[in-house]
Amino acid sequence: MLGLDKKDWTLLLIVAVLALAAPFILNPFPAGSELAQFNAGYPDLMQRFAIFGIFAIGFNILFGLTGYLSFGHAAFLGVGSYSAVWMFKLLSMNVVPAILLSMVVAALFSLLIGFVSLRRSGIYFSILTLAFAQMSFNLAYSVLTPITNGETGLQLTLDDPRILGASATADGSIPVTNLFGLEMRSTFELEIGAWLFQFNAGYYLCAVIMLLAFYAAMRIFRSPFGIMLRAVKSNQQRMTYTGLNPRPYTLAAFVISGMYAGLAGGLMASMDPLAGAERMQWTASGEVVLMTILGGAGTLLGPVLGAGFIKYFENIFSKINDNVLHGWFSFLPDGLEDLLVSIVHPFVGKGWHLTLGILFMLVVIFLPGGLIEGGQRIVRLFRKKKAPRGEDADHHPKETPHVAE
Amino acid sequence: MGILEVKGVNKRFGGLQALGDVNLSVQENTVHAIIGPNGAGKSTLLNCLVGKLIPDTGSVMFDGQSVLGRKPHEINQMGISRVFQTPEIFGDLTVLENVLIPCFARRDGAFRMHAFETVANEAEMIEKAMTMLEDVNMADKRHMHSASMSRGDKRRLEMAMCLVQEPKLLLLDEPTAGMARADTNNTIDLLKEIKAKRDITMAIIEHDMHVVFSLADRITVLAQGTPLVEDTPENIKGHPKVREAYLGESA
Amino acid sequence: MDAILLQILNGLDKGSAYALIALGLTLIFGTLGVVNFAHGALFMIGAFCAVTLSKFLTLSFETVDPTKTDFLGQPLKVKTPYVEAWFGPDFGGALIDWAVPLSILFAIPVMITVGFVMERGLIKHFYKRPHADQILVTFGLAIVLQEIIKQVYGANPIPTPAPDAFRGSFDFGVLLGFDPSVIIYPYWRLVYFLFAAVIIGAVFAFLQFTTFGMVVRAGMADRETVGLLGINIDRRFTIMFGIAAAVAGLAGVMYTPINSPNYHMGMDFLVLSFVVVVVGGMGSLPGAVAAGFLLGILESFASMNEIKSLIPGIDQIIIYLVAIVILLTRPRGLMGRKGVMED
Repeated sequence: MLGLDKKDWTLLLIVAVLALAAPFILNPFPAGSELAQFNAGYPDLMQRFAIFGIFAIGFNILFGLTGYLSFGHAAFLGVGSYSAVWMFKLLSMNVVPAILLSMVVAALFSLLIGFVSLRRSGIYFSILTLAFAQMSFNLAYSVLTPITNGETGLQLTLDDPRILGASATADGSIPVTNLFGLEMRSTFELEIGAWLFQFNAGYYLCAVIMLLAFYAAMRIFRSPFGIMLRAVKSNQQRMTYTGLNPRPYTLAAFVISGMYAGLAGGLMASMDPLAGAERMQWTASGEVVLMTILGGAGTLLGPVLGAGFIKYFENIFSKINDNVLHGWFSFLPDGLEDLLVSIVHPFVGKGWHLTLGILFMLVVIFLPGGLIEGGQRIVRLFRKKKAPRGEDADHHPKETPHVAE
Repeated sequence: MGILEVKGVNKRFGGLQALGDVNLSVQENTVHAIIGPNGAGKSTLLNCLVGKLIPDTGSVMFDGQSVLGRKPHEINQMGISRVFQTPEIFGDLTVLENVLIPCFARRDGAFRMHAFETVANEAEMIEKAMTMLEDVNMADKRHMHSASMSRGDKRRLEMAMCLVQEPKLLLLDEPTAGMARADTNNTIDLLKEIKAKRDITMAIIEHDMHVVFSLADRITVLAQGTPLVEDTPENIKGHPKVREAYLGESA
Repeated sequence: MDAILLQILNGLDKGSAYALIALGLTLIFGTLGVVNFAHGALFMIGAFCAVTLSKFLTLSFETVDPTKTDFLGQPLKVKTPYVEAWFGPDFGGALIDWAVPLSILFAIPVMITVGFVMERGLIKHFYKRPHADQILVTFGLAIVLQEIIKQVYGANPIPTPAPDAFRGSFDFGVLLGFDPSVIIYPYWRLVYFLFAAVIIGAVFAFLQFTTFGMVVRAGMADRETVGLLGINIDRRFTIMFGIAAAVAGLAGVMYTPINSPNYHMGMDFLVLSFVVVVVGGMGSLPGAVAAGFLLGILESFASMNEIKSLIPGIDQIIIYLVAIVILLTRPRGLMGRKGVMED
């Protein structure tokens, strides 16, 4: 049904359940308790999970399938954000036209950049995309200030025309983003005992769009087109001598992933209507590379996991300061407590990026397949214990000849 | 009129005349071998046929159309498939996927955005690929990761990928280069088998005499970029010019 | 004419930095076949060697001078750097004043050690991995190094002045017959350029005239063959990595008076240096140097007001534009060799 087999349906269903029940799942600790700081079930963070999930899913279509490593994808996210904010300024506060425009603009932009960059491959391609992104970033900061508002970033004002809406609300403030009237910031709070769960309209919009994006990626993975993209990564020479032209395939993958990035940017602006050039910087491009690799490039679930993982720990780690650390280690003797705190200190709080860098190196060195491969290794370990002779048919095919279907 | 007609082809690399006035005609449903010592211009000629190089002068007509100036993938779409010296396959993909790709290429052309179709639903293509794999005795390996196979199996798979396209002309670039005697014999058997099962036109570039004489219907001997003689294997064996130019030194 | 000359001079110091970093990057590309995203971090570490030494030299103790009082009427506390106490105010003061050039002596062993450790500990294991993996792991390393520096030295730029003797500017115009103070050029920038020229010359001479350099050049041309000759190319490559690290580090040390070092200077220079390498031609040492100066000078021309008013924003993007045009028209760069980094 809908082009998926049973296994894929199960995966999609699991992701859907996790996404829709996220406000519960991510809030396992009672509000006000010591552990509440590990809760991630508040709207702002959950939105980021979904948005960066979309970004990484799209990046994975390019990098995971074709092997082309782009260091400039943040540029597409950036133009997506700018487009969306302009839509809020000029047209209306409804997020639908804003998101659509951000995808269209990102698609055009990525078509242009992809057309040029894809004339080269390997490291040259990476550097070309990096150069384009850095160029866009510099332009956004300088000459394009009328469009981007430079360092301050693009924001909504009371003077914006908003021809299909109002420049200002009745009480004289800037109107908020909405989906046909449903305000993105509106949150329904549910209190069960000591627990507080927040159901935010914006998050659910992001989650539903992420599910659609995930489904689309799944279809691409399972399609002849997806096989062709993997063929690009595997052997371009064989591909040309099989009568296929790799260039349009890679360009299509590049534009698709650019649109995903634009969609993510548009959603980001829909949740919080401002856009700044720093979203386009190459470190931001590096972040989506990190997410994809950490989760597992070339797998369906990997990028979503990677995005969630990084955004969650970014949030948690950034919150931990010395007071929190002292609280944790307070049961220890004073000297030992101080020692432990000073050891852990560089890795938390503002040191989150250090932890991230180390984590990233460890993953690339020891686990090139990312978290997904790690999971598979663990599963395989358990299976081997259960059935020592193994049923890993793919690796010992000579033992059991299959019958043709 | 052969299916492949090469007329007056010249190719120069700086001061080196790699091909000098090459004429060649490959007839349909024959196996045509092009032999010659190292540096005779065999590979250059092959590259001119598949679009990797463009000759300085002369014409290359395939099936009544010129191939000159066309890109390799366009030439493949005209009906020329190529087997490489070392097997070129999609190592990251399974055996079945490897064979499906040429099936799609034949059906959908050089590019198609079939992103919302599903491979599993392409029953016709899968059946075609499976028939091909059974033909080369690889059906049981269809889910195998193709990079992990033996070299002989990779050769077999590459052959299947070319054959499933039903090419009008199959080009083989030294298919036994660097192989042990046993593997060479296996390859010869495979090619004989293929030839027996279907009508196929092949052009083989080879310097192993054993392979050439076991398979070829016609042989062109190339020396220093120029065809020396073209004849049947029997006549080539006894030809004094060939003995002098080629067999003498290789024996 | 004088304006053009001035811009060329202005481009030289940045160009020198680009050329030195690109030179090291190319040495590593060419010899080890590794794409090193952490090379900018080496430049940064060099700069912070200078910061460290000058901090170390200015370590002070406090004494109370009862003869003087501060504005609150308290006895004045005087800070005396230890070096001045130990070596006398004259020599000690000179040491502090010359901290940046002195850091060269300090930076060479540090950078070579860092280079060795990096190559033996990490890069070595990535020779046979895909380029994408090399990029990723060195990218991770660059983040780690940058964050460590940030934690140790803070996020703000740390001013590290040049010796007094080199402060101020040199009226270049007078020398060439122009009016006074038309072309003035800070002394230190001149020093930097000369320094870069010496280093570049030394690297080339080393590669050209020593047996070691000959083997390395042969290895750059054809690694496998050299390996087959029974020459232990790996050890030489480790040393080469150390040298490349030292070159980047020295470029950083001497750059500190021009731009106060901060933790992200490595990343800033890295992106541009990559562009330089690509423009020069992957694997070509003369290409890297030529492109470094070329782009440095182009950048300074693009920042002229006349040109900026003609094409707004051109100064921000000129380097990238040049890189894109070069890559599309001459895919191997200005002086690139065939088959380098072409998969």
